[in-house]
Amino acid sequence: MRLLIIEDDRESADYLVKAFREVGHIADLAVDGEEGLALADSGTYDVLVIDRMLPKRDGLSLIGTLREKGNHTPALILSALGQVDDRIKGLRAGGDDYLPKPYSFAELLARVEVLSRRHGGPAEETTYRVGDLELDRLSHRVARGKEELTLQPREFRLLEYLMKHAGQVVTRTMLLENVWDYHFDPQTNVIDVHISRLRSKIDKGFDRPLLHTIRGAGYMIRDGLR
Amino acid sequence: MTAFGKLIRTTAFRLTLAYLLLFALFAASLLGYFAWNTRRLITEQITSTVNAETSEIDNIFGRRGLRGLIFTIENRALRPGANLYLVTAPTGQSLAGNVGSLAPGVMATSGWSETAYRRLDDQDAGDHRALVRVSELSGGFRLLIGRDLEERRRLFDIIANAAQWSLLVVVVLGIGGGIFVARRVLWRIDAMTGTTRRIMAGDLSGRLPVGRSGDELDRLAENLNAMLERIEALMVGLKEVSDNIAHDLKTPLTRLRNRAEEALARSGSEAEYRAALERTIEESDGLIRTFNALLMIARAESGQARGNMGDFDAAEVANGIHELYEPLAEDDGMTLRVKTAPTPLHGNRELISQALANLVENAIKYGKPVPAAQPLSAGAVTGTDGKEILIEACREGDQVLLSVTDHGPGIPETDRRHAVERFVRLEASRTQPGSGLGLSLASAVATLHGGELRLGDAHPGLTATLVIPALAAARDRLAAQTPDVPHKVA
Repeated sequence: MRLLIIEDDRESADYLVKAFREVGHIADLAVDGEEGLALADSGTYDVLVIDRMLPKRDGLSLIGTLREKGNHTPALILSALGQVDDRIKGLRAGGDDYLPKPYSFAELLARVEVLSRRHGGPAEETTYRVGDLELDRLSHRVARGKEELTLQPREFRLLEYLMKHAGQVVTRTMLLENVWDYHFDPQTNVIDVHISRLRSKIDKGFDRPLLHTIRGAGYMIRDGLR
Repeated sequence: MTAFGKLIRTTAFRLTLAYLLLFALFAASLLGYFAWNTRRLITEQITSTVNAETSEIDNIFGRRGLRGLIFTIENRALRPGANLYLVTAPTGQSLAGNVGSLAPGVMATSGWSETAYRRLDDQDAGDHRALVRVSELSGGFRLLIGRDLEERRRLFDIIANAAQWSLLVVVVLGIGGGIFVARRVLWRIDAMTGTTRRIMAGDLSGRLPVGRSGDELDRLAENLNAMLERIEALMVGLKEVSDNIAHDLKTPLTRLRNRAEEALARSGSEAEYRAALERTIEESDGLIRTFNALLMIARAESGQARGNMGDFDAAEVANGIHELYEPLAEDDGMTLRVKTAPTPLHGNRELISQALANLVENAIKYGKPVPAAQPLSAGAVTGTDGKEILIEACREGDQVLLSVTDHGPGIPETDRRHAVERFVRLEASRTQPGSGLGLSLASAVATLHGGELRLGDAHPGLTATLVIPALAAARDRLAAQTPDVPHKVA
């Protein structure tokens, strides 16, 4: 995956570039809004990671200009302003995701990977399959092998989101945002409890577990350990 | 500016001057009207008297001839305070009367005139003025009857005198009164200015003097005092907050630093380093969480989140939060239930959800029944063994109530106010994790929506209620969509 990081703080920018390279992505760096716009406009990136407050041209106007030019490269906004209304402003300006600072790299990586997949990925399927687990989005049926599983509506949506991003790390915050539509940070491990319930339904009694906990990051559904 | 200069610049003094002018004008016009009318009245009186006497004497002349005329005139002229009389022969020679001299030509013209004259018996005095009527009798004799105008003049003098004096009194009293009022006002304003200077210099406990008259200055002072009260409370709050921030952020920061230092000092295995780093990240995540909560409270309290409001059903929020926390409560051995009725609300859905989530998290953390030590009163908790937490959304009059009830130890009444403040973790909960900001945030959210967070007793346990006024517009809109639906219990 080819990334463009537009961030004016040298230290965090270098850290991001290095961290992305370490996990096997190609990351370029721009240190101000104008340079970022010029690079992004060349259109060869999979995802843009844009700091909201930049010298010369701020992040939101940068995204706005790109979108006007017909460039729809997915953009993730990084911002010190973490409140709900700031987030909405960012998404309205054409951003695809919004991550308040300070963030963990695992969270950023998970979100960037989901964004790149969303962009280049195939059209939404009606059936998701991971190993012998099958989820039919139209009939709301879930089955593992030949066994039909009964899920609560919310468990279904949780599994649906995980399977849609099968093979990708999904963080707790992403789950809270996308499955429950809440943008606050619970002080307790609510998400873990929901996951363990789901896990007891889809993995319990089967040889191969599909729902994995990724330490320090979140969860991932995939077939086998690879 | 001199003290006097300050005095005459006061509004009170200027108003006094304006009123003074107005009163002087009023008095002058009153006196003028009075003088003019009096003059007219006196003149009319003289005219009618003289007319009557002229015709009477003309009559006497007709009946008794010249001798009768002269006799009558001489007779009347000698009476004290008599009118003026003069009879002349056709030659112009004076025949009878009490007039010594007249302005020349008066006797020649018939009719009314005002003239200077002198009486026969009072040679020394200066000229007097009189209003006279000259008429021609038969045979070329001429008759003059008139009345001295001294009375009219004296009356005029009296009025003029009165006018001067009253004007003087009005001016003196007016200016004196003006200075008195202005000084009183100035004194009070100066007292206020002095107090405000002291307050600006940093002494926030100062208050403006309030008199007992309840006049506009007192009302102003009272309002300013109320404002100062609020400012002082805010300042005290701010100080408390910064003290608490210092404490609650510095404590974990110190822990974080200590751990890093310790790990650095000890030459441990990779696993040990890893564990130390993981704990460091955990600690900093906690810090970030506290920081976010503080920012959120600050935003809610300053009203910045007002822009993001919409209409929604509080019952949906309650159901959503129930759905999110129900497994967590169950894992903790509690039962989370929800009871809702359609409850339209206008507000910030995200913030209200978060506030309710905080209350539920608190209930799960602290709402476990006290074992044995405090036996539950029979019937107080129905159906369960007290491990039930109930989320309720309902409307009461014009208010939307979103409440969370647990059956734990509750909060003693005396601590309830305190519990809502930032960073306060009541003794029982010190050992539990958490930023201590949950109730403060819920309270700030309620305040943002014009409501409040109420803490009550659930006998035993705690009922925390977000009381939020339902806006009429939202109420009507939702009422139109949802016919009366009975309570739905999940």
